[in-house]
Amino acid sequence: MTEIPPLNEEEIARRWQKFVHVSPYNRELNLQSDVVRPDWCAIKIEYQDALVGDPQTGVLHGGVITVLLDVAFGFAIFVKLPAFRPMATLDLRIDYLKPATPGRAVLGGAVCYKLTSELAFVRGCAYHESPDDPIATAVGIYMFTEGRPVISYEEVPR
Amino acid sequence: MNYSDIVTRCRASNDWAPLVEAIPFARFLNLRIDVKGDAFTCILPFEQKLIGNPVLPALHGGATGGFLECAGLFYLLLEMETRSLPKTIDFNIDYLRTGLPRDTYANVVMVKQGRRVVNLRIEAWQSSPDKPIALGHCNFMLGA
Repeated sequence: MTEIPPLNEEEIARRWQKFVHVSPYNRELNLQSDVVRPDWCAIKIEYQDALVGDPQTGVLHGGVITVLLDVAFGFAIFVKLPAFRPMATLDLRIDYLKPATPGRAVLGGAVCYKLTSELAFVRGCAYHESPDDPIATAVGIYMFTEGRPVISYEEVPR
Repeated sequence: MNYSDIVTRCRASNDWAPLVEAIPFARFLNLRIDVKGDAFTCILPFEQKLIGNPVLPALHGGATGGFLECAGLFYLLLEMETRSLPKTIDFNIDYLRTGLPRDTYANVVMVKQGRRVVNLRIEAWQSSPDKPIALGHCNFMLGA
């Protein structure tokens, strides 16, 4: 029997991209799946003039960090579930430590550190290079809901 | 051009579009501002691009969150008339109901006004103000 070699990280992230773009808002912002691992999921957004919060500085708006972390939180939970379940954000807390550097892409990274039958607890941060030098730190709680999942579980790369 | 000048001009004409135009991300969301006397309302007109869950369908939590933050910043620019933008220190969002594919409104309460930091409660609603879809609690560092 031939053993199938494990996928490398870039390939796994690339295959998860279609799940990012299930959401029209994610498509509009052109979010990219960058890292998809059980211990860390990261979503990337390129710098865009249209998303600036303050033209005097060129810094991206906090709302960009919000969506980046919300999506990374969702991925961090999905990657730990045996099967996709629909869920809703219950709450989200973001602390802004420093402004994003104008012109640079931003990553939102997250890990789900506790799963119960009804809730998922996640934490993460937004950063340019390393999570050790964060732009913002965040925690969130998500609730599993009834209904049909947005994405089906076929061919989920692991 | 500083923000207090823009606010002064908008107040004179009661046309707040130039203030929205001044913030690219607010323009991206096509926000509107409505001021009647002391009542401030920020409006997120529904657009397909704001959908997060296409099955329900429901607004993206990230879009609702970004809208809340914009509403808080606009409210502060109107209230405080600072030349530069306040800076968000932290932002807590409670998601209470599904955001339906329709227009969303936000009202703001100044919970505490300190010398440098203000605490706001921002309520987003759709059908009725007493049925909020999301609440934002946040601290802002005031601009100069």
